[in-house]
Amino acid sequence: MIRAVLIGLGKMGLSHQAIINAHPDIDLVGVCDTSDYLLGILSKYTQVKTYSDYRKMLSQEKPDAVFIATPSTFHAEMVRVALEANCHVFCEKPFCLDTKEGLQLADLAEQKGLVNQVGYHFRFVATFQETKRLLDLDAIGRVHHIRAEAYGPVVLRPKGGTWRSQKSEGGGSLYDYASHAIDLVNYLVGKPQSVGGVVLNKIYSRDVEDEVYGTFYFANGLTGQLAVNWSDESHRKMYTKITVWGENGRMDVNRQEIQIYLRDKAKPVSGLSEGWNMRYTTDLTPPVWYYLRGEEYSAQIAHFAEAIKSGNRNTVSTFRSAIDVDLTVDAMVRNAENKSGLASIGA
Amino acid sequence: MALERILFGDNQFFGVNHMSEEKARAQSIRFRDNQEIIDVLKVVYDEGIRVFMCTTHDRMAGICDYFRANPRYADFQFYPCMPYAHKYANAVTDLGLLGALKSFLPEEGKLGALFKGGMSVARQDVEGMMGLFIDAEMKMFQGLKTPVIFLQNVFVDLILGLGMHDVFRMFAEHVRNKYKAEPGFITMNTPMLLDVLEGLGLENPIICSDINKLGFRMCGGKEKYEELIATRRFQPIAMSVLASGAIPPREAIEYVCAQPNIKSIVFGASSRGNIHQTKSLIEELTQVGKPAAIATS
Repeated sequence: MIRAVLIGLGKMGLSHQAIINAHPDIDLVGVCDTSDYLLGILSKYTQVKTYSDYRKMLSQEKPDAVFIATPSTFHAEMVRVALEANCHVFCEKPFCLDTKEGLQLADLAEQKGLVNQVGYHFRFVATFQETKRLLDLDAIGRVHHIRAEAYGPVVLRPKGGTWRSQKSEGGGSLYDYASHAIDLVNYLVGKPQSVGGVVLNKIYSRDVEDEVYGTFYFANGLTGQLAVNWSDESHRKMYTKITVWGENGRMDVNRQEIQIYLRDKAKPVSGLSEGWNMRYTTDLTPPVWYYLRGEEYSAQIAHFAEAIKSGNRNTVSTFRSAIDVDLTVDAMVRNAENKSGLASIGA
Repeated sequence: MALERILFGDNQFFGVNHMSEEKARAQSIRFRDNQEIIDVLKVVYDEGIRVFMCTTHDRMAGICDYFRANPRYADFQFYPCMPYAHKYANAVTDLGLLGALKSFLPEEGKLGALFKGGMSVARQDVEGMMGLFIDAEMKMFQGLKTPVIFLQNVFVDLILGLGMHDVFRMFAEHVRNKYKAEPGFITMNTPMLLDVLEGLGLENPIICSDINKLGFRMCGGKEKYEELIATRRFQPIAMSVLASGAIPPREAIEYVCAQPNIKSIVFGASSRGNIHQTKSLIEELTQVGKPAAIATS
């Protein structure tokens, strides 16, 4: 059994708690949060021990693994303390607001041979995994453009209040929503070299951006575009879409389906034919041992646990791959501040 | 009480489709007005289906008003499913956990009293709060027949995973005592849940979960489900029988009807043709599978 503890019991934290607790190979021995009320309920109704000081929890419980689901601003310190205690670490996204620190932590985890993972759960969604597989098989030929979109109903009126509305705490749709879309781009076609034309706009928020747009430039001539808006009420929940154009076809992907268009000169790939092809999540998604809100949330925890057990360190969504997202976010912020590259439109 | 064999579901009305985003959008355009939903439900009733299993979505209030006001539908039953998860999830993002709890309870005073007790009475907090929440969600169904009241899967599965199993007992007691209704549980994790409910002494529980030929969203595996259905004492209700359209109707219903002891089948549809076809298929294949057991009371 893997002895594990969890820090942070917000919406993601509670969901992680349920999933970890239900995992047959993980023994969740402690949870930590700042809400006395929540801790009171948990200690009354569940077997788990509750703490309000994570350092105390680590020293008393001596866990093998630590799950961190606090606001992003606390990630770096907690990850460091956990790694120094020789714990495998699963941390929520975005990984580190300070990319230099993030890189140090990735180095530390790798030197110690500890499993390190960040919660970019879209890498565990079956349709995106299938897209990756098809791209690696060169199914649509040389890819020349990728578009990543994410829309959803997070901020629909002026307000402040939670950490999501504070830039310094890792709030804003760039960290919260765009990071997922950027990570999917990195996962599917590799990371871009530079970014331009970045727009970070406020719609309702006072301190953070509600919409994000930008263009990615890759080493091999590939380009990409990003469009993110978390103030879009037309979606019931977060909606993420990837479109990829290759010389021999195109793929439209969301969490539920893949639409694949192949030209006649496309390289034959088993099961795909010329014209439109459909792939559905109902056929692609393997079952998980416990389901809450989506197979991918369980699948990512299973992946983490499996790596701890097997000793495999060649894993998905590592600290290092998450830092690639943070570096892109960082570049986007710098680009948005710098308007010198604009070409004015003549009369 | 006996469960009805055929239950009409509501996913299609609120833009939920597990397979296709486009289908979901087309449906939410079609059902923009409550009248469109009511018109489909009238067809459902005329086809002889007597149960509408529905989420406690805000829009349900207007639909309830219609059926309450029309004596022609006096024997139409509602199986409410609560809570409508997105409403709460969005509020938690906005207001934090406690803020969200407060925002959904109309009677601030009562909640204040619950919190005042502090940690020593955390037990009473949860039990009292459960009651307040159920009552708030049940308000729109006042005066309608609600013989079964369900807890939604997001909530059931969260509580199940956290191991806060006592909450299931509290829910069951409240709906039995206050609404004279049977508690039902929607889940994606039937094998795990059944063990827990039995452990709590909730005998022969009503459990609604995805049961389909593909094995889609059947945690623990299709074979495990088949074994439980054949050997354990509970009242399984099959939903997502068509896996959102991934399995052809006859094949899909054949599979479910071939399982012994499945009490009810939930399906959703938008047209008279599909409603009629699905209902006829269930009746035909139920007779093939189990000659004596059409349970439409």
